[in-house]
Amino acid sequence: MGKTITEKIFDAHRVDNPAGDIQVIRLDAVFCHEITTPVAINDLVARGKDRVFDPSKIKAVIDHVTPAKDSKTAEQGKIIRDWARRHGIKDFFDIGRNGVCHALFPEKGFVRPGYTVIMGDSHTCTHGAFGAFAAGVGTTDLEVGILKGVCAFKAPRTLKVEVTGSLPAGVYAKDVILALIGELGVNGATNKVIEFTGPVIESMSMESRMTLCNMAIEAGGTCGVCYPDAVTVDYLWPFIEKDYPSKEAALADYSQWISDADAEYDGTMTLDVSGLSPMMTFGYKPDQVKPVSEMEGTPVDQVYIGSCTNGRIEDLRVAAAVLKGGRIADTVRGVVSPATPEVYRMALAEGIIQIFMDAGFCVTNPTCGACLGMSNGVLAEGEVCAATTNRNFNGRMGKGGMVHLMSPATAAATALTGKISNSLLYTGKEASA
Amino acid sequence: MKSFDGKVAFLDRSDINTDEIIPARYLTEITKEALKPFLMEDLNMEGFHPASSFAGASVVVSRANFGCGSSREHAPWAFEVNGIYLVIAESFARIFRQNMFNCGMMAVELPKEDIDVLFSRFSGKETFVSVDLEKGLFVFKAGEDTLEIGFSVSEFDKSLVKAGGWVDFADKNY
Repeated sequence: MGKTITEKIFDAHRVDNPAGDIQVIRLDAVFCHEITTPVAINDLVARGKDRVFDPSKIKAVIDHVTPAKDSKTAEQGKIIRDWARRHGIKDFFDIGRNGVCHALFPEKGFVRPGYTVIMGDSHTCTHGAFGAFAAGVGTTDLEVGILKGVCAFKAPRTLKVEVTGSLPAGVYAKDVILALIGELGVNGATNKVIEFTGPVIESMSMESRMTLCNMAIEAGGTCGVCYPDAVTVDYLWPFIEKDYPSKEAALADYSQWISDADAEYDGTMTLDVSGLSPMMTFGYKPDQVKPVSEMEGTPVDQVYIGSCTNGRIEDLRVAAAVLKGGRIADTVRGVVSPATPEVYRMALAEGIIQIFMDAGFCVTNPTCGACLGMSNGVLAEGEVCAATTNRNFNGRMGKGGMVHLMSPATAAATALTGKISNSLLYTGKEASA
Repeated sequence: MKSFDGKVAFLDRSDINTDEIIPARYLTEITKEALKPFLMEDLNMEGFHPASSFAGASVVVSRANFGCGSSREHAPWAFEVNGIYLVIAESFARIFRQNMFNCGMMAVELPKEDIDVLFSRFSGKETFVSVDLEKGLFVFKAGEDTLEIGFSVSEFDKSLVKAGGWVDFADKNY
């Protein structure tokens, strides 16, 4: 019997099988940010275990609230900063070099096919886009990861999703994953890895694959995963060119991280996207999804473009193509947060920041802030936000606020009118991605 | 090991998420104790008021997909500092469930039929549950009405509960 990519990764990393289907695996990377890590650090100190298993495998960033907004967030930053210094964690990204973790760490080449990664953040599933197993964990699992470089998981089961057809103009990875979550429900993939395959995935950029995998958790999934291919090798090449004589050699090595044809799945489904239209959420759960056309005209107070789902350069390009030459409605506040300094720099060089500013957007520094209502764009009671983020829970972006999740194209079109709008109606052209 | 016996609070809704259990605006706290006043502050449910609905409670019974959303262990901690160490539900989100056991607390799944019976027989009444972890038995009691329901927790999870959590276990073994 064949194996899935996730089973192969577990086989290569298993250090123990303490009971039943529990597997303890060795970690290739432990990612940390300033919201969930300081409590782990304090607990390790209190237990007399202030150690790290391998400082080169720990990557840390201050991203959720940056620059610090008050004394409490300043203290969180200080705890993780001091800890990184005393343990010689070189890959620590502080203000000026920091960005949204799930955009920043891939950009730095920290995730490779076949890797195992944990982080105290549920959207860690994003990194499966590289053919890795990457899972969000709580502070205690993070603490053990930091201390020992291991984590315990139930033996992985996999749901295979084959995405077929071809994406129509104006329809993006975000629309695909929203449609899929709508079908699966918010717990349709609980305790499972969602394996994305098929021609639509193969033709997607790494950025789009990250958008897909990012929201696996919104269907309850442990991780999203895509097979590594030439697109993956191209993205990683600057970081791996010393390890391989050629891209072909890298690709050949990475091909060990592909599911066997006779692998056994917990379920399989096919999603033909040829007829898919732009999608968005309408309620307080990510599986409450409708075509944008059914929500058109709904007024919004704020439009937010950013986050680990859709704050990468590809997303800003799409939004800028819709906004170019236009001005956002007087009734709406536009906020854009390029996800990393590199995204910001590229957007500056390409004139995208200019387009956003001319349209009336506020451009913030890279941060997670608004997405979870911590800073830089919190909603007031009763306000509505059109957002390119990943979670629309009640109060997510501010107590009593409503969040509609959508693609950057739809969010940009919505900013222009101040009402939910289909991007195609306002550009009449395909936004280049 | 914590004691899991106590008064039951019923939350009759599926998909209660971590933002509802403890909103992100409180994630700037760096002690568990500081979360105490904010448990379930954002849960909008008819008849639910955090202070009165959880008064004296140490067990929560709820529906499917409890604890979905964020990885924040602040959610179990918010329960812990309020004296709630056990959540019984039809199903749990993976990370929340693991976080509970990692903290030496319990998230126990029961079949939908059992959960339905608990709600129909006990919801709205002052209900207590006693927990026998070895036998895997809950005994629910409201006045004269008593109901025994079996449950199972894996040996590994049981060892975490007994050890008081995962950190010492892992440091010793790996």
